[in-house]
Amino acid sequence: MIGGMFMYNHKGEVLISRVFRDDIGRNAVDAFASMSSTPAAGSFPVTNMARTSFFHIKRGNIWFAAVTKQNVNAAMVFEFLMKVSDVMSSYFGKITEDNVKNNFVLIYELLDEILDYGYPQNTDTGILKTFITQQGIKSQIKQQFGDQPLPKTKEEQSQITNQVTGQIGWRREGIKYRRNELFLDVLENVNLLMSPQGQVLSAHVAGRVVMKSYLSGMPECKFGMNDKLTVDKQGKESETAKTKTSIAIDDCTFHQCVKLSKFESERSISFIPPDGEFELMKYRTTKDISLPFRIIPLVREVGRTKMEVKVVVKSNFKPSILGQKIEVRIPTPLNTSGVQVLCMKGKAKYKASENAIVWKIKRMSGMKEAQISAEVELLPGAEKKKWARPPISLNFEVPFAASGLKVRYLKVFEPKLNYSDHDVIKWVRYISRSGLYETRC
Amino acid sequence: MTDSKYFTTTKKGEIFELKADLNSDKKEKKKEAVKKVIASMTVGKDVSALFPDVVNCMQTDNLELKKLVYLYLMNYAKSQPDMAIMAVNTFVKDCEDPNPLIRALAVRTMGCIRVDKITEYLCEPLRKCLKDEDPYVQKTAAVCVAKLYDINPQLVEDQGFIDQLRDLLTASNPMVVANAVAALSEINDASQSGAALFDLNSQTINKLLTALNECTEWGQIFILDSLANYTPKDEREAQSVCERVTPRLAHANAAVVLSAVKVLMKFMEVMNPSGEYITTLTKKLAPPLVTLLSAEPEVQYVALRNINLIVQKRSDILKQEMKVFFVKYNDPIYVKLEKLDIMIRLASQGNIAQVLAELKEYATEVDVDFVRKSVRAIGRCAIKVEQSAERCVSTLLDLIQTKVNYVVQEAIVVIKDIFRKYPNKYESIIATLCENLDTLDEPEARASMIWIIGEYAERIDNADELLESFLEGFHDENTQVQLQLLTAIVKLFLKRPQDTQELVQSVLSLATQDSDNPDLRDRGYIYWRLLSTDPAAAKDVVLAEKPLISEETDLIEPTLLDELICYIGSLASVYHKPPSAFVEGRTAARRVLPTRAPGSGSTSPDSETTSTPVQQSTVILPSQGSQGDLIGDLLNMDLGPPMMGSSTTVPMAQTQDAAAIDLLGGGLDSLLGGPVASAPTPPPTTTATSSSPFTVAAAAPPASGSNAELLGGGAPAAQPAAAAPFGAQMGAGAPMGAGGNMGALGDIFGLGPSLGVTTSTGYVMPKTEWLPASKGKGLELSGTFSRRGREIYMDMTFNNKAMQQMGSFAVQLNKNSFGLVPASPLQVPSPLMPNQSVDVSLQLTTHGPVQRMDPLMNLQVAIKNNIDVFYFSSIVPIHCLFVEDGKMDKRVFLATWKDIPAANEKQFTMSNLPLDAETIDSKLENNNVFNIAKRNVEGQQMLYQSLKLSNGIWVLCEFKVSPGSPDIVVSLKSRAMDVADQVYGVLELICRN
Repeated sequence: MIGGMFMYNHKGEVLISRVFRDDIGRNAVDAFASMSSTPAAGSFPVTNMARTSFFHIKRGNIWFAAVTKQNVNAAMVFEFLMKVSDVMSSYFGKITEDNVKNNFVLIYELLDEILDYGYPQNTDTGILKTFITQQGIKSQIKQQFGDQPLPKTKEEQSQITNQVTGQIGWRREGIKYRRNELFLDVLENVNLLMSPQGQVLSAHVAGRVVMKSYLSGMPECKFGMNDKLTVDKQGKESETAKTKTSIAIDDCTFHQCVKLSKFESERSISFIPPDGEFELMKYRTTKDISLPFRIIPLVREVGRTKMEVKVVVKSNFKPSILGQKIEVRIPTPLNTSGVQVLCMKGKAKYKASENAIVWKIKRMSGMKEAQISAEVELLPGAEKKKWARPPISLNFEVPFAASGLKVRYLKVFEPKLNYSDHDVIKWVRYISRSGLYETRC
Repeated sequence: MTDSKYFTTTKKGEIFELKADLNSDKKEKKKEAVKKVIASMTVGKDVSALFPDVVNCMQTDNLELKKLVYLYLMNYAKSQPDMAIMAVNTFVKDCEDPNPLIRALAVRTMGCIRVDKITEYLCEPLRKCLKDEDPYVQKTAAVCVAKLYDINPQLVEDQGFIDQLRDLLTASNPMVVANAVAALSEINDASQSGAALFDLNSQTINKLLTALNECTEWGQIFILDSLANYTPKDEREAQSVCERVTPRLAHANAAVVLSAVKVLMKFMEVMNPSGEYITTLTKKLAPPLVTLLSAEPEVQYVALRNINLIVQKRSDILKQEMKVFFVKYNDPIYVKLEKLDIMIRLASQGNIAQVLAELKEYATEVDVDFVRKSVRAIGRCAIKVEQSAERCVSTLLDLIQTKVNYVVQEAIVVIKDIFRKYPNKYESIIATLCENLDTLDEPEARASMIWIIGEYAERIDNADELLESFLEGFHDENTQVQLQLLTAIVKLFLKRPQDTQELVQSVLSLATQDSDNPDLRDRGYIYWRLLSTDPAAAKDVVLAEKPLISEETDLIEPTLLDELICYIGSLASVYHKPPSAFVEGRTAARRVLPTRAPGSGSTSPDSETTSTPVQQSTVILPSQGSQGDLIGDLLNMDLGPPMMGSSTTVPMAQTQDAAAIDLLGGGLDSLLGGPVASAPTPPPTTTATSSSPFTVAAAAPPASGSNAELLGGGAPAAQPAAAAPFGAQMGAGAPMGAGGNMGALGDIFGLGPSLGVTTSTGYVMPKTEWLPASKGKGLELSGTFSRRGREIYMDMTFNNKAMQQMGSFAVQLNKNSFGLVPASPLQVPSPLMPNQSVDVSLQLTTHGPVQRMDPLMNLQVAIKNNIDVFYFSSIVPIHCLFVEDGKMDKRVFLATWKDIPAANEKQFTMSNLPLDAETIDSKLENNNVFNIAKRNVEGQQMLYQSLKLSNGIWVLCEFKVSPGSPDIVVSLKSRAMDVADQVYGVLELICRN
């Protein structure tokens, strides 16, 4: 298991060092420091030196490193490192050197609690906040954490320990809200790789359903969507309705609160939600994706010192819908000396430091088209190496789910308290953003 | 209030100030002081002097302060064991505290203090805590047992903690179960005795599976990882476990998913491979694996390394998912490289077009490493998917046109492999390659290009000039390039002896006289002597047909792969190495995949047959422990052939007369057909050898006239040469002088006294009538085929039964399965008088055009004489095509045997043939069927033999001789099973004669 956990700043100085196992000595701390001070951007995330394995991730300017001499579960170590960074940011915001230094006692207490002899324990922030004595110190914004004082009575104490170890480790009992409310966000990242000729090389949607719950007691929720398998299983709808509205989900993963065995057997998503915001599920679809935008590139090299670029953006959704924050990034060769841009819509600028023409359009409604043309002047000769022609990338935000996913229902049952499903105020919102949305040119 | 102020550098006397603060009455001040102490500790300052003062702060109700003090204790207790004792009482007291958080804290911390005296006091509190009513304390105590075991294993066993842990497995709280399982697994792995301290049984498995649904993500990982160590009793149990594990594939935590995959992959081994369940499971595995690719890059990397293993084990899981492995522009380089690897593994005829288009795209990227690997990948596709070879080659040509230096070099390296795989197909592009000669600056690319020039010297008009241009800077070249250059020039010389003599002489002298590299020198000498003694033999050796290269490259060896599958998700699977390679000291028992028990569960009729090969292969599989024996066996085998042994008997005292009389003389004459003006003489050999890069023993040319002279040239030498253990590798350990060297060499080539032994030929069938006189207009022809001294001969008897003289005989062979063509024109003494009969041997080679015949060994012959042309067909006994280097390396044999699927095995029975293993072995050995190993298994004698056909097909045989029974069971395995029947046919013939 994990033998030690360290944190370094970008210079390789140790900020936090916690050794959990005897086989890891102080020299391991320094060994990594010497390594991390000069890490190439692409250096492997796991390395082995002198029979000691070093795992590292980087958050902001800070390296998180785990060290071990055993054959540990590597996926677990990375997941854990990421979790540690999540827990920390929920305590003190951004991970920066100052914040880490300001909170080092808290970090030690946290590490002590979430990693015992190298075995990760309960890492749920909601629960941790009930019994970690230190409070997070955020830079600038001093925000107090944990509204309720630390538990004093015996009942309270054992209640905590039961939660830490219990079946519902992510929610404490006795939560009360005057207004029971929940928000559902369906957030999708649309990924596309298109050939210059407009052929889709690969496309998929990585979606997330994020829920913010402000519900009293221990409510049981049931979530339904227009997943093909679920719809088929119920089989009540008429044939036409089925094919129209249901979508094929390639794969999905759930927050630990979801009863996976129930999903496997009945394909129903039922859970007791944590309080506040959490990611209920992640999913991936590859079929029938409605691609909101299409890029048509035309790049022509005119002689050795000039290049002509023409790019057309087409919006491909209902005219009543507005796409937002559209940004087209057209890469230019490294030896570009000057660019003249001409566009009718939005603003375009050549950014020499980024080697790209950045074209921004604030809003664009559906079924429209916009065009940019540019002349790129090149310095002759200097570049012997061929220019790699990175793809043209596009950023955008549209208010619908590109995968076609629809929330059909979210039912709330709380048998002990007297509020019913109808009393809960529910909000649903769909947003699709660009992931890696690229067109080769 | 922030804590960062504690990090600010300290002034003098700080320790003193801290001491005062620590002993202050004010709680706040104390807390501040302890924080300062811990900050100093973190940055590596020594604050151990404050130990007693800090320990004094321990007795407090304040949880925050307590935690800080404990942190300090864990760090310094080891360096101050005597002082640490002071803390014991507080620990013990805290273990009884009403607050469960404090109880747990005390137990947790005590376990981390590795001081013997404290350990003694730990036992009682630990025992209590393991039975604590509070699950939080229990789960902490469970881990503490593992800590204690690391310090003092005996103590843990004596105190019965392991039993207590086992009891915790049935606890109602899922987290307690998870931690108990984690602790037990660790103790099991660390156990010195190696004996398992706890075994999973169906009841505990059931309990674990229940806890699996309820505990934290980390607990699920612990449980799944230990489930993976369980070997299910039968298929039914495996299925029911799998059913309860599959829901985990939808977990958001990648580690949970991978551990679940591990359990499933392992348990699938026990299931009926053609069963429906496997099919559904296979379908379920793909989506979660693909989903892992949208995780953070670090997790992606771990996932990809594992997918690489999974694809090798069960290629069908992801065969439809090629597209998701396409590289994204912003992927980190380590992800890109892994994706590329998997893309090639998944490449098949169906998706090759897509893959190639992608690879071509990648080859124009910026990152050099990635581009190189992409170019290499194109080559690998060509070799893997035959249909795509042409497209790959043209893609590579396009890339070469880009003139980007490293792309060109990489392309040339892979094109060399493509030439090897598809000989005589793409040589037209050589001209393009030659254009880029000047730009090559990397050794591997240079070596590859030189190899190409040498191999195709006859088609490149200016090959001599090209090679000569390399020769100028010979000494600055990398060894790899030097060796290739030497070989290439020798090849060129053998192909075009007329105008390249100077070139070969200069390269030989460069290699032998001016080089310090023993490998190079050895190779130089061997070529020199080969050329001087027998150019024909040199041709056979140097221009010998090369075995085809295999389709899949970089495959992990199957036993290692199986082991790694058991470690999915862990570091071993990321490094692709067994844990013993990177974990110190205690190595847990090697994990192996469970094998499907014959006839287990629902026995379908075919399950019996599928399981047999597994059993058979396990017989010859050496376990890791017996590797020593294996090497011993190998050495013994090397000593086997009689001619090797005889080399020791050659008088070693002989030294060489200055340069053994015109070494190149006679040989070159015959090659050039004229006297040579100045035959160079090699310098006296001063040293000889390290391991020579090619197998000398395999090169045994037929004896020729010049050897006697060579051996006889052992007159007393002017210059005594240094003794060199040249013969060592051939089993003759004695040092010899240079003359002895020659003797040994002669021996290698089967000269001198051992001549009689080596020329003994294999089994020859009696001659049969091929052409009756009635059909041959008076010419009666009978004949057979034989193999003598590495060559195939067609032995014929011509009988003139006509009334007239016959003459102008000529022969032609139709295209045939093994490319047999006459090596020389048919020499029949003419005229052939009426009623005269004459025996003629026609030497054949296998370099001719190949066309598959039916029956396979059919050979259509046309004989012409002054009367007419006659056609007939004959059957070539396949053993004439068994080549002399058909002896497989033992390990290669093992791997190949395992690797060839069971479908490619055929079994035969030679009934009523009472022979013992030795006889069979010797009979086969004469016919180039080589013994690899002999085993005695339950009284049965097992013989493992290998043979290789002239076109590079290997056939592996297993002979099972049971003492009481007259029957011999023969199993044949080959990648090309078409030859199996033929091979068996001749094997039986050989054995029966």
